[in-house]
Amino acid sequence: MIALTGKNQSYVLVLYGLCFPLIHVAHAQFILKMAAVQGGMGDADIKTDIKTEPSADGFGNNNANDGRVLSASPGSSSSTGSNKQTAAVTPEDQQTLLAVLQFLKKNKLSESVEILRREAGLPENSLDPKANESAGAGSGGAAGIVDLEGGDASSLLSRVTGSSSAGAQAPTKGTVQSGSGRDQPDVSVVLSAYSQQGDPTLYKVYYRDLKKFIETVLDCHRAELSQVFYPLFVHMYLELVYNNHESEAKAFFEKFSGDQECYYEEDLRILSGLTKKEHMRGNETLLDFRTSKFVLRISRDSYQLLKRHLQERQNNQIWNIIQEHLYIDIFDGMPRSKSQIDAMSGSLAGEAKREANKTKVYYGLLKEPEIELPLDDEDEEAENEEGKPKKKKPKKDSVGSKSKKQDPNAPSQNRIPLPELKDSDKLDKIMYMKEATKRIRLGPDNLPSVCFYTFLNAYQGLTAVDLTDDSSLIAGGFADSTVRVWSVTPKKLRKVKSAADLNLIDKESDDVLERIMDEKTASESKIMYGHSGPVYGISFSPDRNYLLSSSEDGTVRLWSLLTFTCLVAYKGHNYPVWDTQFSPYGYYFVSGGHDRVARLWATDHYQPLRIFSGHLADITCTRFHPNSNYVATGSSDRTIRLWDVLSGNCVRIFTGHKGPIHSLAFSPNGKFLASGATDGRVLLWDIGHGLMVGELKGHTDTIYSLRFSRDGEILASGSMDNTVRLWDAMKAFDDLETDDFTAATGHIHLQDNSQELLLGTYTTKSTPVIHLHFTRRNLLLAAGVSQL
Amino acid sequence: MAEERRQKHCSVVLPTESMKAMAESVGVGQLQEDSCVALSEEVSYRIKEIAQDALKFMHHGKRRKLTTSDIDNALKLKNVEPLYGFQSQEFIPFRFASGGGRELHFYEEKEADLSDIINTPLPRVPLDVSLKGNQSQYIYFLFFCIFFSNGIFNFYSVLVCSSPAHWLSIEGMQPAIPENPPPATKEQQKAESTEPLKVVKPGQEEEGTIQGKSQGTTTPDGKGKEKGLIRLKPRSTHELSVEQQLYYKEITEACVGSCEAKRAEALQSIATDPGLYQMLPRFSTFISEGVRVNVVQNNLALLIYLMRMVKALMDNPTLYLEKYLHELIPAVVTCIVSKQLCLRPDVDNHWALRDFAARLMAQSCKTFSTTTNNIQSRITKTFTKSWLDDKTQWTTRYGCIAGLAELGSDVIKTLIIPRLAVEGARIKAVMEGPVVSNIDKIGAEHVQSLLLKHCASVIAKLRPQPDNVDQYRTDYGYLGPMLCSHVMKARTQAALQAQQVNRTTLTITQPRPTLSVSQSGLSGSSGPRTPSIIKVPSSLTLMSPRPGTPSQPSPPATKYIVMATSAGAASTQQVITLSSSQSASPVTSTVPSATSTLQPLVKLESGSGAGLTASRPLQKYIVVSLPSSASSSLETKSSVLPTSISSSSLDGGMKLERSESPGASTQSPH
Repeated sequence: MIALTGKNQSYVLVLYGLCFPLIHVAHAQFILKMAAVQGGMGDADIKTDIKTEPSADGFGNNNANDGRVLSASPGSSSSTGSNKQTAAVTPEDQQTLLAVLQFLKKNKLSESVEILRREAGLPENSLDPKANESAGAGSGGAAGIVDLEGGDASSLLSRVTGSSSAGAQAPTKGTVQSGSGRDQPDVSVVLSAYSQQGDPTLYKVYYRDLKKFIETVLDCHRAELSQVFYPLFVHMYLELVYNNHESEAKAFFEKFSGDQECYYEEDLRILSGLTKKEHMRGNETLLDFRTSKFVLRISRDSYQLLKRHLQERQNNQIWNIIQEHLYIDIFDGMPRSKSQIDAMSGSLAGEAKREANKTKVYYGLLKEPEIELPLDDEDEEAENEEGKPKKKKPKKDSVGSKSKKQDPNAPSQNRIPLPELKDSDKLDKIMYMKEATKRIRLGPDNLPSVCFYTFLNAYQGLTAVDLTDDSSLIAGGFADSTVRVWSVTPKKLRKVKSAADLNLIDKESDDVLERIMDEKTASESKIMYGHSGPVYGISFSPDRNYLLSSSEDGTVRLWSLLTFTCLVAYKGHNYPVWDTQFSPYGYYFVSGGHDRVARLWATDHYQPLRIFSGHLADITCTRFHPNSNYVATGSSDRTIRLWDVLSGNCVRIFTGHKGPIHSLAFSPNGKFLASGATDGRVLLWDIGHGLMVGELKGHTDTIYSLRFSRDGEILASGSMDNTVRLWDAMKAFDDLETDDFTAATGHIHLQDNSQELLLGTYTTKSTPVIHLHFTRRNLLLAAGVSQL
Repeated sequence: MAEERRQKHCSVVLPTESMKAMAESVGVGQLQEDSCVALSEEVSYRIKEIAQDALKFMHHGKRRKLTTSDIDNALKLKNVEPLYGFQSQEFIPFRFASGGGRELHFYEEKEADLSDIINTPLPRVPLDVSLKGNQSQYIYFLFFCIFFSNGIFNFYSVLVCSSPAHWLSIEGMQPAIPENPPPATKEQQKAESTEPLKVVKPGQEEEGTIQGKSQGTTTPDGKGKEKGLIRLKPRSTHELSVEQQLYYKEITEACVGSCEAKRAEALQSIATDPGLYQMLPRFSTFISEGVRVNVVQNNLALLIYLMRMVKALMDNPTLYLEKYLHELIPAVVTCIVSKQLCLRPDVDNHWALRDFAARLMAQSCKTFSTTTNNIQSRITKTFTKSWLDDKTQWTTRYGCIAGLAELGSDVIKTLIIPRLAVEGARIKAVMEGPVVSNIDKIGAEHVQSLLLKHCASVIAKLRPQPDNVDQYRTDYGYLGPMLCSHVMKARTQAALQAQQVNRTTLTITQPRPTLSVSQSGLSGSSGPRTPSIIKVPSSLTLMSPRPGTPSQPSPPATKYIVMATSAGAASTQQVITLSSSQSASPVTSTVPSATSTLQPLVKLESGSGAGLTASRPLQKYIVVSLPSSASSSLETKSSVLPTSISSSSLDGGMKLERSESPGASTQSPH
């Protein structure tokens, strides 16, 4: 076992090594089919990459994985070692200062003590002789470690600046430069800064001081400046812990953790458990905090206020943290209100930078291929049934004209290569169009019927469900590693005959597709074995020939629905893969998991074509944009990112959720995205403008599934709270007025109209709703397993 | 509060003793205190970390409960070997042990004997995961296809033949089928009755949905309008759909019909069905009207049926009856205190009905009495007032006392016991005075036994131990001596029960009051009774078909039950045999008199009439062992009904161990 794990780890390292060149190759190259070549290149690069890693420390810093790698690599320790020397002078200075103070105090020269202290910038509460003593002892004892902290901080800084120049999503230079400007300030500032940094008892004072200041500023600035509290609190606490001031850290935490916004509670709980320096090693959350900058959006006025205050007070401790660990995105104009800020904050690393959402996104749909709709007898039959043969023609025309016009927002048809349509696909498209004409127009006056599939005897083991687009098959992933497929139509599931039997078939006959099936194997359900851990993600291919499943065992498997066997196991994640989904055009699929990267694969390549890295925590759900050019990922870091499949870049970062995101859904027109999280809220996003456009409150537990109706009028959400809720999506999107100002600043005004948008709530009998699906005729299908 | 929790999180660390214990278990004897502290801090942190990861697996497993497999997976994530042997899906049975100043929680692993495993019969194979529902669902599909999907019938019908699912909602309206939760939960009903002005939330069942208007249109619009206006209590029109009307008709007919099996089924349905909320007003009216009519007609059987309906409605966990108490309570009280409930008060056992109704009354007092409606005090006042009236008849008197007594020992203590002497004198006047009428005498007897039954246990708790007959006589007058012996019996029984607690394996925590009919018409009595007709508001006419003549063979499933005390029963050992009413019936069970068990036994045998004995395929034996409370009531019941043909069906209340076997004679009670 031990040997095995050892091997695993090295494998992981190798793989991470592999990631970095791939990203850059991805940036540079535009040809998707290069994957095989990339694989080869990756292999060649592995050795050199590992060797160069220490020197190129900040190389992949925007990549979340490197936290783990860095902590183990010698590079980080060597860099801190070099920094130690620069800072080594300060503790001695402080020690002498303290010694003098103690001497003066012993001789009852209180006046001199005061003067000296004031000059040295020590806090006032040390006027009390007892506090002074303890403070002196504390800082004296800790002095040896202070330099470490200083060294580490600057090394981190250098890493961040390094990454910003190298990384794809580089922060703007302005503040970084001011940060590096502070890196080499004049000697006196450094001295005072370090003497303060060394005294753990002062942290409280600093924080309280700032709190007092922010509480007394004008109302309009208060909300904005309050954003600073949380990151400051975290970093100060971490610094205390890092410097082994355990008791001070605890006291600090207890005193101020209650002030933080309630939506940070989960992170605070993690922080509370962390009281020792040793704990920080290997804790991903913590590494994220230290290596990534917390992004705040503050108006220029507020920022000036804060800056002036800190400089007046010579509060260098806090100023340093702000410089080193925060990214302050300054904008001109009115400060934002509390509700505006609350709507956008909540993610692990603050809000998204405005620049991050500026890239153009081609959210339009691809032109539908022209398929002649054969007006065969079958069609006429359907018309006769409906009894309105005349009404159908104009409808069809409208469908046709719609698809002929090229959407200005759509990507070019061949922006990414898509698979050719096969005959069977064309037949399916025809079927789809036929069904679409019979589709029910939904709206507030015409709610869909909901049909609920309950899995029986699943013993709470159902972890994922998917339905085919035509609603003929339902697949379930289970905690016992099995994947099961059921047919929900009278048509039973059949396997293809064996090779020997296939040889006997007349290949020229018309019904060859029927003949290859083995009648003897017909059954309502099939079980597929292959995974070695719970199956967390499952997805049918659009042509219903394949099924994808992702599992705790780190693999994504491709199953054939003709033979009901496993065709490929895509290895690469190495950690649990939480979700996977086929592209709406087939061929490509995306997967995301605990290793914080999403991967884009093509079914015929065993290695990923793209690696989307940037999330700071697990990727919990992945969705393809209807035009297949983009991929959305939701994560435990409470952000949603939109990735360009072509370039591999992150083109949108949406923040605002207060819990891990567990469901995503694109509207059928590709313009909007809906997301649901553990906080029970559904947020709506305008992809083109990169803005939050709606908030739907009502659920009381994690939302595990979201789905738009086929025409996008209704959004259905299914949740752990045993309800299916229907929302008026038309209204939610129609009411929008996206003016230029909003688009430019990203300031949003959300109306609290959830109750008006809620069209219906349907409670199940203690059955959490795991999956939702609109049939082609807009019947809503839901699935879940009873918790009774 | 969240903050408190957080701070607690911060400080929670495993105790160092645990570290020591664990160290010892792996062979490290002497562990320094500070290393223990360091270890425990480290271990606590790691455990928290693993728990956080495990939580992730729980969320992705779409569960609310953290399982051992989540922890295993979290360990795997950290490259730690998972723990083996904790495969339980449910809780892990950690055991606690202490000794020598040590406290330990450990996982008990029993040694399993292989031969035992081999020899035990295989357990049932767990069912495989399936999507298939049961057949009944298909019926529902058809139903809704017909009723709701006018235009899209074709479209749904595809699903009808194949779908294993159920309809969560149909065009915005949630059908009330067993697969769906009840349209209005008990809490909502309660809220509705206590805060009628609260706005009904969308998605919940609402009136008017059936009239073709989909719910989605009504609620949002209504909401928008309502905002500015004064909130008026919405008028409730309880429209019933066709199938609900059918159901109502079937249920009410079965409840008052002659077929006991059907009745049991119907009552079962009332007591468990979740979708009855809409029909509740109808049921309530049905019962109150039914009682009104049948009290006048003195139709005891029907009154009993109706009371059983009330009972069933109360038992239904999804119904909240508060809104309908104004109809139900008068009906129930009528059945308690009415002067005459049956045609022949000297023969028929209307006492059982009074007892039963009194228990119902007490139950509803307990459930619904609030400071605003004051049910309990109002009821108590009513009972006391008519009890204190000298002109009150014995039957009413009995009802009042029963009603009061069921309200609990406090009521007995404050209201009944002080009046024991007065009541005793009255009883004495009837019993020992000149014979006025037989009816009065029977009434006095019943009141006497009722008083003894209820007061004995209370007095046993009130009075100090030595029970002096003379003392009792001075305190309670005529009833004193009898009370004294009852109290002593109660004491010994209580002591015995206390001893037996460990032995009793089968216990009923709460004997549910049940009642069956005394089929007086069968015991060779007077002419047939006219079938009573009950007028129901919904213009449904219900007949209560009863066997017209005594000789007419009853439907096979009807139960006739007679209770008789076994002769050989010792005072502490109650063996009650219930057998078929035809005393000549060959199946009258013989309880071996040698049953040396001390616990009270009830053997209940029910079957069809004697004429059908031969064809009866199986017999039911119900063996019940009762805890103290149950046994005392049983005991008195048997003493109350030693000779009469009236009966108490115990099947509802005591479904404990029920074995059905074709070979009746081989069946022996525990």
